[in-house]
Amino acid sequence: MSTFQIDFGGAPSKVVGIDLGTTNSLVAYMDLTGPRVLGPIVPSVVAVRADGTFAVGEEARALLLTAPDRAVYSAKRLMGRGVEDIQEELKLFPFHVSGGTESVIRLQVGEKTMTPPEVGAQVLRKLKEQAEAELGETVSQAVVTVPAYFNDAQRQATKDSGRIAGLDVLRLVNEPTAAALAYGLDKRNEGTIAVYDLGGGTFDVSILKLHDGIFEVLATNGDTHLGGDDIDNLLIRIALEDIASEWGQDIAGNQEAVQLLRRNVIAAKEQLSFAPLTTIELDYQGRQYKRELTRELLEKLITPIVDRTLGPCRACLKDAGLTVEQIDEVVLVGGSTRIPLVRHAVRNLFKAEPHTELNPDEVVALGAAVQAGVLAGDVADTLLLDVTPLSLGIETMGGVVAKLIHRNSTIPASVTEQFTTSIDGQRNVLIHVLQGERELVKDCRSLARFELKDLPPLPAGLARIEVKFMIDANGILQVTARDARSGQETTVEVKPSYGLTDEQVEAMIMESITHAEDDFRERQVREARVEADNMLLAIEKAKQNEAWFTLPEAERDEATRALNELLMVYHSDDHHLILAHIEKLNQATMSLAENMMNTAVQGALRGTKID
Amino acid sequence: MQYFDVLGLAPRLALDLKDLEKRFYAKSRELHPDRFVRAPHAEQQRALELSALLNDAYRTLREPIARAEYVLKNSGFDIGEQRSKDVPPELLEEVFELNMALEEADQPQIEAAGVRFDKLRAEIDQELATRFGQWDQAAETGTLAQIRGLLNRRRYIENLLRDVNVHLSN
Repeated sequence: MSTFQIDFGGAPSKVVGIDLGTTNSLVAYMDLTGPRVLGPIVPSVVAVRADGTFAVGEEARALLLTAPDRAVYSAKRLMGRGVEDIQEELKLFPFHVSGGTESVIRLQVGEKTMTPPEVGAQVLRKLKEQAEAELGETVSQAVVTVPAYFNDAQRQATKDSGRIAGLDVLRLVNEPTAAALAYGLDKRNEGTIAVYDLGGGTFDVSILKLHDGIFEVLATNGDTHLGGDDIDNLLIRIALEDIASEWGQDIAGNQEAVQLLRRNVIAAKEQLSFAPLTTIELDYQGRQYKRELTRELLEKLITPIVDRTLGPCRACLKDAGLTVEQIDEVVLVGGSTRIPLVRHAVRNLFKAEPHTELNPDEVVALGAAVQAGVLAGDVADTLLLDVTPLSLGIETMGGVVAKLIHRNSTIPASVTEQFTTSIDGQRNVLIHVLQGERELVKDCRSLARFELKDLPPLPAGLARIEVKFMIDANGILQVTARDARSGQETTVEVKPSYGLTDEQVEAMIMESITHAEDDFRERQVREARVEADNMLLAIEKAKQNEAWFTLPEAERDEATRALNELLMVYHSDDHHLILAHIEKLNQATMSLAENMMNTAVQGALRGTKID
Repeated sequence: MQYFDVLGLAPRLALDLKDLEKRFYAKSRELHPDRFVRAPHAEQQRALELSALLNDAYRTLREPIARAEYVLKNSGFDIGEQRSKDVPPELLEEVFELNMALEEADQPQIEAAGVRFDKLRAEIDQELATRFGQWDQAAETGTLAQIRGLLNRRRYIENLLRDVNVHLSN
């Protein structure tokens, strides 16, 4: 006889999809009705409040205007990069670099120093809380999107952000691919689609082939330093020059004024997507600046920026082995694709009317939620086959790069190479791995140095070590090695060129847990003080009431004593103490409250209003 | 040969690309790591290894030249880069003329050479297709040796065509 199988285990935890953007971030979840966003968009801004706690999102963005040195934005631009690669960024963004090493940047935010993955972690934590509030349960697993053109270090840094925020990042998905998933879900059509993704800080283009639920990426291309920020910076620079000549005063060094101008410039840019004319204004220290800007002039100014996206589009088509005529659909992603000139350029290039049905600010998060559904096993038949955006190679004689895995190879991808020794008795072999399309080591991006250790001492050239380079489904490299003679695993020591070490990430996780406790305590104290404020205000008011004066003197004294005690503990950091004294005051004023209630009732019966 | 095995094929040099794609998609659905994110670590690692093998196999086998090189390599042939000084004798005259034209930047001569080399490459591809069918009928080492010779010539012509195109696009 068969019995029913009853699964007593709880339902597996939900997997959310997260778009961790340069400017804004968003979390979404896929349920039976389809993907939907959870809570509002969160500006990717992190600030340190005067009391040392973190503010994320809208509050942090507001702080950016009043206390620019306490807030950091666009930190995604710094992910997985070293101090020497960001000199260009520093000219355009007010990042306060407080040092760090060649491999990781440290930013000064208020009194705190933070690495870019820690800034990302704050944003992720906020999104996690938002998702938990909406779903009513703990969320610990997520799919997080990255620009398709992100290299290994930038991907690793994004995963580190997740770990620090207490999120298990099940998969990194390329943003344009996520957008295709969001669009392709209900259509299920066959065909070729191009995704044009111009966000705040990055540009990506991907070409995909759709076939029966399989989303096969044929090629991807892009620029990790091209986006709406470039347009903003151009307009700010022009306005600053304009202001300097009008006021006879250069305010470029004044961060508060520049942030105010940045906000106004962005608003003007956004208006010009809908209106033919707007003004850029700045009201600062009693002086007013006002300048008209037409869409026509804006378009003239930003044409070079928009044109920079066309080269990668053409290269992507070529790599996919397709002509413009073979592209069936075009999808637009990213806030910057609201600009009419951008739409015009895309329409001209691909000779197709671009899809804009989904909100370009939400489409990536929605697609991430679809992929989360695929991983959770809730979405059948859909499968994503993505590619690696950059070729992987190793350094050979004379500083030349030998390519092992070519760009646009479907991932996971692997290659096995044989290495040997060049000196008798050599025990170690060093392998330098690089990413990029150029021929010389100096023009590629160093990814890591792998050291094969403890090799058996043999005459030169006799050792046979098989090294397997594997790019996983997240686009991140794994290296394993074995001795081809003995079949034994060889120890590989990894020295990443950029990013945090495992130990550093662990330390940050520990620190964030302690901070989470601090933050929680801080919140409890704040809440207790708010309650005390309400209580004190009510007593102040009651003292004006005739009930106060009819109270026996002993009770009045006791109430006054309790009130003074609460005032004394008000600034303590112990919320228990504050709450205990609120309760004490509450007890001491019990009959006062009753008397006031009676007076109010009598007053109401008499038809007079008591206040 | 692993690449053929993972796609459920017997080693063949002439392949139906539509069928290859269908097999690749079906196997991807089965092996992709996305299907195993909640499986134990060892199974995840296995899915990673197998789907990497599948992707490497598809990438290699869908290109006739890469496919032939794979079969040659796994049949004990050395397919290392041929050095540029090893000019196939029957091409000596052609190569000499092209070099003259390139040196003198003689546009019409270079274009004409481009057309001739294109035609030669097409002839080689035709012959390769015949040899592929021949090897699939009877897997003889002699056929593979002929294929290897054709591939070397083809690579040489490819390099010449690259020089021509670089010159013409400048």
